Amino acid sequence: MIEAAGLTKRYGDKVAVDDLSFLVQPGIVTGFLGPNGAGKSTTMRLLLGLDRASAGTAHINGRPYRQLKAPLSEVGALLEARAVHTGRSARSHLLALAATHGIGRRRVDAVLELVGLSHVAGKRAGGFSLGMGQRLGIASALLGDPHTLILDEPVNGLDPEGILWIRNLLRSLAAEGRTVFVSSHLMSEMALTATHLIVVGQGRLIADASVAELTAAAGGRTVRVRTEEARRLHDLLAADGVSVSSTERDLLMVSGLSSAEVGRVAAQAGIALIELTPQQVSLEDAFMELTRDAVEFGTPLQELAS
Amino acid sequence: MTTVTVETPAPVLQVTQARAAKSEWIKLRSLRSTWWSILIVLLISIGLGILFSDLRGRDMAQHGVLVTDPTQLSLRGFYLAQLAVGVLGVLLITGEYSTGMIRASLSAVPTRLPVWAGKIVVLAMFIFVITLAAAFVAFLGGQAVLSHYHATLVLSPKSGLLVGPLSGPTHALGVSLSHPGSLRAVFGAALYMTGVALLGLGCGFMLRNTGAAIATVFGLLLVLPLLAQALPNSMQQHVTKFLPLLAGTAGMITTGGTNQLSPWTGLGVFGLYVAAALGIGLVVLRRRDA
Repeated sequence: MIEAAGLTKRYGDKVAVDDLSFLVQPGIVTGFLGPNGAGKSTTMRLLLGLDRASAGTAHINGRPYRQLKAPLSEVGALLEARAVHTGRSARSHLLALAATHGIGRRRVDAVLELVGLSHVAGKRAGGFSLGMGQRLGIASALLGDPHTLILDEPVNGLDPEGILWIRNLLRSLAAEGRTVFVSSHLMSEMALTATHLIVVGQGRLIADASVAELTAAAGGRTVRVRTEEARRLHDLLAADGVSVSSTERDLLMVSGLSSAEVGRVAAQAGIALIELTPQQVSLEDAFMELTRDAVEFGTPLQELAS
Repeated sequence: MTTVTVETPAPVLQVTQARAAKSEWIKLRSLRSTWWSILIVLLISIGLGILFSDLRGRDMAQHGVLVTDPTQLSLRGFYLAQLAVGVLGVLLITGEYSTGMIRASLSAVPTRLPVWAGKIVVLAMFIFVITLAAAFVAFLGGQAVLSHYHATLVLSPKSGLLVGPLSGPTHALGVSLSHPGSLRAVFGAALYMTGVALLGLGCGFMLRNTGAAIATVFGLLLVLPLLAQALPNSMQQHVTKFLPLLAGTAGMITTGGTNQLSPWTGLGVFGLYVAAALGIGLVVLRRRDA
């Protein structure tokens, strides 16, 4: 359980994190979402006691991080900037961290195996690719078998196989009842991994809701239907709470019904469908909509248009 | 696809000062730069000590006059070796800031004090043991070389130097460890080296930047005495001996140089500089964001 209350961080005049309050629950993957520069990394550093909050508190399992007796066995952290000395081997890096808690060599070898770095454990971390660096970061996060994980942009720099590996890892960690808090600036990534989302922009809380709630808030599901009998299906689908629009012949965009429901109506009327696709762009749109004003270095729309 | 294995690690996982120190020892010994620095320290301190002893010994034998402290002569190499030792001390902490390792270190030990104390203990013991061994070798080697040369002037047991008659029996220039002050000077060299390493560490903690910390350490050690030469003579005498270099090396000589503090007073004054740097470093470490 992670709890932030009124968390604020100022650098001179600039407010990086602005009165942020949220709760991260165990047992699910919670996404921490926001555009670059929204204050996600700063918030995570505040949670870990690396930076001192200007105001407010950050508690992990009811205590400030700095008061944890065995922090590595309570919280595992992966920070965006690589936190590894480039001149040290992966194994020595993990052994040095493990030594602070009296964690043994066997556990170090186990986490190296787990993240797939056993074969390069003796190599200097400076020569690692971004993906290998991320895996080493995850190995150090898992070192103390912690109940809470705080991961800053873990899929950054990973190849598709690595991204899939992270997704499965995060889900299985959450399924074991752990608290998993993962930041990303990619809505699509979070939509695939997270159950709950905390959305920030310019350091402020924009949304704290489940993925399902956010999708619903963005106007519900949309289903794309292509059929030669578009006009007939349009009339059959039209009902309260359902809107059907058409941008071209044969094509309908249906919102308010699931693809299963649309398919059932079509089958009952004997209408052959050429295409039936649930549209997932709405979540991305929801995010864009939520953070539009909060994009710090965004390109003004007029400039894009000209 | 790998699954997460929930292995139960050994019980009572907890950060302790001893464990933090062990972690620092693993960090220190697992960097190649550490061993390169040590190699340089050994080569310079021993090699130059023997080289200087030979050059000056030959010169003094030709003139038949002993003009310098043989103990200090064989330990001269440490004046150069201090560069490598100071840089090693600086890098022990600034290397963590430049690579981001510091965030991993401080996440593991969030109270931060054990990281600071662990680095001090490990670095001090490491440098002291190695430079003490180097100092013994440099001294014994240098004196062995000096013993090949002879002059008519003999050493006084008290001051180390004696202006004696130019005629008379000749004596070997080399001295033994039992010569007054020599054993202390060997330990003094190791203590000074340890202090320089810790001064580097303190400045590194304070400034968190390799270049700035190295410039500060050697500015304090090597540039301050040069600046002091600009002072009027009357002031110079009182100021110079309290500067870190002159105070710290007071323990490396046996002749009781006229313008230096007594050995243990000098080392004590030098210790104060080191303690100040480490103290400010601790405040910075505890207060500032990582």
